[in-house]
Amino acid sequence: MQTFHALITITLRKGILDVQGKTVEQSLHSIGFDTIADVHIGKHVELNVRAESESEAYALVQDACAKLIANPIMEDFHVALQPVASETEAV
Amino acid sequence: MKFGVVVFPGSNCDRDALHAASHSAGGESVALWHKDSSIPDGIDCIILPGGFSYGDYLRCGAIARFSPIMKEVIAFANKGGLVLGICNGFQILTEAGLLPGALLRNTSLNFICRDVHLHTENRSTPFTSAVPDGRILRFPIAHGEGNYFADAATIEELEAENRVVFRYCTPSGEVTPEANPNGSAHNIAGIINKQGNVLGLMPHPERACDAVLGNSDGLAVFESLAQYALSTVL
Repeated sequence: MQTFHALITITLRKGILDVQGKTVEQSLHSIGFDTIADVHIGKHVELNVRAESESEAYALVQDACAKLIANPIMEDFHVALQPVASETEAV
Repeated sequence: MKFGVVVFPGSNCDRDALHAASHSAGGESVALWHKDSSIPDGIDCIILPGGFSYGDYLRCGAIARFSPIMKEVIAFANKGGLVLGICNGFQILTEAGLLPGALLRNTSLNFICRDVHLHTENRSTPFTSAVPDGRILRFPIAHGEGNYFADAATIEELEAENRVVFRYCTPSGEVTPEANPNGSAHNIAGIINKQGNVLGLMPHPERACDAVLGNSDGLAVFESLAQYALSTVL
């Protein structure tokens, strides 16, 4: 078993108006950041998962996202995995 | 008519629902704890009340949807039992997949707490049969995430099957963008499932059940349910 660290980014599905993003964008423009566009606000979830392989860990986190961490009806999610150095390796 | 009102940690309209179902509507009501793994015999209708179950952590209703009692609520619904989800209860029903779509943040980004007017689009449901024809209902809303969203195909299906039960409207009953408090698709305030036994709505009928509180429009929902229960017994 290996431990993997997952970084999960959740954003509103494309096509759904991101009102928070729009509001922040307008606010940025009002204070002079005219060149900033396409602001989107999302959520960031981090977790550790134990699995036999990276692909197994990936599948498990994808499943967890689909079932609970994100709501696929309104949200997209992206999972990035990194192996966590084991204790023996750390020594 | 016996109502079971589920109490989640963070529910805050459970007492209102219990009171409305029993005291105002003349039924019987019992509280059901979210950790219960069975529903007592004799319950005709389960209410998922408003509030902030689990502090709205992650998403509204996302955690409550996995409470032990929800397995029983889903089984109850699948057997044809009546389920009414109000506000947070509606959010829980969509998270649980008992109703399609999802509730997004209000387009204004504000938590909105005021009365709205509703046009009852479908009066042939167990929840709305006692709403007088042409009567515009006034219910309070209190939510930050009540902006009903579903993909275009789902909305089309809801409309085609007459499953949009309540729509936000003006006091005179016109469905206009101005009457839409939260940005909901097609001014949708409440929908019903395909089988017609699970209803979710953002406005609060249970908070409008007593003339002494200035509004008893919500009684129509509870009276409809009572009539339905009676008709199935006879």
